[in-house]
Amino acid sequence: MTPTTTAAPPRALNPARTTATATRVLRQLTHDPRTIALLILIPCVMLFLLRYVFDGSPRTFDSIGASLLGIFPLITMFLVTSIATLRERTSGTLERLLAMPLGKADLIAGYALAFGTLAIIQSALATGLAVWFLGLDVTGSPWLLLLVALLDALLGTALGLFVSAFAASEFQAVQFMPAVIFPQLLLCGLFTPRDTMHPVLEAISDALPMSYAVDGMNEVLHHTDMTATFVRDVLIVAGCALLVLTLGAATLRRRTA
Amino acid sequence: MMNNAPGPPRPATPTEPTAVHAKDLTVVRGPRTVLRNLAFTVPRGQITGLLGPSGCGKSTLMRAIVGTQAKVTGTLDVLGHPAGHPTLRTRIGYVTQAPSVYDDLTVRQNLDYFAAILDPGRPAAERRHDNVTRAIADVDLTTHADALAGNLSGGQRSRVSLAVALLGTPELLVLDEPTVGLDPVLRRDLWNLFHDIAARRGATLLVSSHVMDEAERCHRLLLMREGELLADDTPDALRTRTGAETVEEAFLHLVDEAKAAARTKETTR
Repeated sequence: MTPTTTAAPPRALNPARTTATATRVLRQLTHDPRTIALLILIPCVMLFLLRYVFDGSPRTFDSIGASLLGIFPLITMFLVTSIATLRERTSGTLERLLAMPLGKADLIAGYALAFGTLAIIQSALATGLAVWFLGLDVTGSPWLLLLVALLDALLGTALGLFVSAFAASEFQAVQFMPAVIFPQLLLCGLFTPRDTMHPVLEAISDALPMSYAVDGMNEVLHHTDMTATFVRDVLIVAGCALLVLTLGAATLRRRTA
Repeated sequence: MMNNAPGPPRPATPTEPTAVHAKDLTVVRGPRTVLRNLAFTVPRGQITGLLGPSGCGKSTLMRAIVGTQAKVTGTLDVLGHPAGHPTLRTRIGYVTQAPSVYDDLTVRQNLDYFAAILDPGRPAAERRHDNVTRAIADVDLTTHADALAGNLSGGQRSRVSLAVALLGTPELLVLDEPTVGLDPVLRRDLWNLFHDIAARRGATLLVSSHVMDEAERCHRLLLMREGELLADDTPDALRTRTGAETVEEAFLHLVDEAKAAARTKETTR
């Protein structure tokens, strides 16, 4: 037998299998209403808190609030995806699916579609609350905020899928959050503008995708039109999400030891 | 090592008389050689039992046949293709030892999803619905169709896992210890179902077990021990050849024989 030379499965996405996978992931979530409630409510509660923490300095709330609108979907989708795919790997369902005519791209696109939908709901509520009720002062269109938030969610999904391959248990998967997300959080410009950091750290932050997610949010905050910087930020975040999703696909093996 | 005594005549299917054909099949996992130079055939339309103690390599052999095992060398043809060939994915049903279903979905939702992967698209929706309903009935879970898989008992969950493999019409069913932990009534019902599937649909079944009394229910047996095949024969022929009353005794006899042969080899070397 020559398993390694076996013809590769068709690479193209199968829309029916992708939507079936997305539906399945969302159905799993509907049996877990508490997770849905936490996913959707926590960003709103945090923004509400933040608004009154910076009661005396609305400018600070604008800047941090907008950044957080990009960071929340990234973190929550990272956590949800890493646990969900880890479960898929350890429960044997992944092995079963890969022994069936399911393309790896179908599986990954299905997850991205399901969590993307969830991220749209989460971000729409958080953005709506921030802009209309908490007085977040956005110069540009709130739709652009939503676009960046959605791309951030996809990046989070991609990172979660990727790291789940290196986690042997849910304990390890959760520990990947401080390892993968916290450094980006510190360096993304949320606490202090990136150009005031030590040059080495600034150079590192240039290589981290969350920096561009936060940059993009701040561009929308300060400019009425789509700036060139905004377009660059969006493309970089989208590119990173695609790259990591591809890396994640490589960690799904039909044959395992 | 191998016993090539001819079994009863195989059902004559002109295209591919055998469902699985292996030669020099070796599998390495880490530092260990789990399967060593196996050679056997699994005839079509019959139930072949794969028996042997825990840890003898039954699951690894099954994973190699369905194409999920890495580091497989030698010849392993399944339904006329090399194992793991993409076209085989709709033709083989595979049930892992631990039930692989989604605990946070109902029985029907689990089957709906796997059916949509096997037979995708809206035009097939009605056919899928019928298949799902039939598979649930086959494993006797109709009354539990809307229960969450995670809330079912262990035996019920493994039947959900089995139902997934019965979706569509697989030509080869690979079942890894499907009756473990089930009560005697249910075990009998499942074996009746297996025979029904083999007879009515002409499907080939490869069923592993470490319970030797299940061997009597198979058409043919592959007896394994420590990654090697001790016998490839019918239960009757095995008993006759070893002069044993039961397959269990025959197995023990063969183990002793293999040990003795290994010892003489050692001393003559």
